[in-house]
Amino acid sequence: MRKGVIRPGHIQLRVMDMEEALKHYRDLIGLIEVDRDDKGRVYLKGWTEVDKYSVVLVESDTPGLDFIGFKVLNEKVLNGLKNDLIDYGCEVFEHEAGELDSCGRRVCFVTPTGHTFELYAEKEQTGKWGLAKINPDPWPLNLTGMKAERFDHCLLMGPNVPATKMLFSEVLGFDLSEQVVTPDNTIAGAFMSCSMKAHDIAFVECPDFGKLHHVSFHLETWQDLLKAADLLTMTETKKDIGPTRHGLTSGQTVYFFDRSGNRNEVFCGGDYHYPDHPPVTWKAEDLGKAIFYHELVIHPTYLEVLT
Amino acid sequence: MMIYRINIDGKSFNCPEGQTVLIAMTRTGNTFLPVGCCSGGCGVCKVIVLKGDYETKVMSRAKVSIEEEAKGIALACRILPASDLTICRVKA
Ligand code: FES
Ligand SMILES: [Fe+2]
Repeated sequence: MRKGVIRPGHIQLRVMDMEEALKHYRDLIGLIEVDRDDKGRVYLKGWTEVDKYSVVLVESDTPGLDFIGFKVLNEKVLNGLKNDLIDYGCEVFEHEAGELDSCGRRVCFVTPTGHTFELYAEKEQTGKWGLAKINPDPWPLNLTGMKAERFDHCLLMGPNVPATKMLFSEVLGFDLSEQVVTPDNTIAGAFMSCSMKAHDIAFVECPDFGKLHHVSFHLETWQDLLKAADLLTMTETKKDIGPTRHGLTSGQTVYFFDRSGNRNEVFCGGDYHYPDHPPVTWKAEDLGKAIFYHELVIHPTYLEVLT
Repeated sequence: MMIYRINIDGKSFNCPEGQTVLIAMTRTGNTFLPVGCCSGGCGVCKVIVLKGDYETKVMSRAKVSIEEEAKGIALACRILPASDLTICRVKA
């Protein structure tokens, strides 16, 4: 049952060189740079996003994910979910308003997979980038690169996927839209939705805690994926695979790496999910088809190349 | 332009000046080392340089510690040769 969590609202991603990272996320993927703070963090957004930003880049000697934030409906929901997390046995801590630029207080917890999540209710809304508030055009001029529309989801890897799935469904009200199950009926992959999207967050089992598999950005069409892959070659950016189709979610995809080794995805299409839909199930033995529907096999480094 | 000879676990290929060892390996059709992010982040291409001079682009500290770096351990996707190199794979 839905509990007032709306969407993945932001991620803070570690990069090893900010200028290289901006060439990648801003100039190639086409996110809009909206702000910088006194900690050296750079804030960006996809042009269709109404909130001020969704991607926060921070320089570090180790790439990977610092945290992912989900926006909730309002302060009352935030307080309720904070209590529910504590009652469920989670250790909860808070960042005060303004620690992230233009964002309200954030309630944080660590999942059994070892990832830091946070919930927040307030963030400045600056509107879709480059469009008028009244009588808006369908898209703005002056977009660059892949023209990514929005930050869409992450796939995270770590141990204890079944417990993490329980936490997200029981406490945070996410639905299990698709799952990968092993022959003994254990969930090895949980694709979860708090909206009508096929997934807003995904967890896949691996022995190491807190790993990032990929950060995904939404494009409009299959043709845009083709052009995105062209841009990877033009900019000598390392492509992982694609354009191709996922079995899971049936989305269309291109995977590639940023200049620090974090995997990115641009994707379009795919399934939708209503709260009364039973989960779509994939067998772990058929993971090749589940992940790469055309190739039918997973290239050897796909599940090992993580940050 | 200088062309350097790279020897990995007894097999060898050419690497033009300014190209990383891992990219030169893939462009010459070789598969001695696993290829991941090609950006110094994932660590699958970890090697030790036994002989030769090189520079490295920035590498994840989670994959190569300061002590390892001092011993000649590096990520092949970040190594820019400055001479012929003799290299051994290190399991990440
Ligand atoms: S391929 Fe990822 S660190 Fe070299
Ligand atoms: Fe994805």
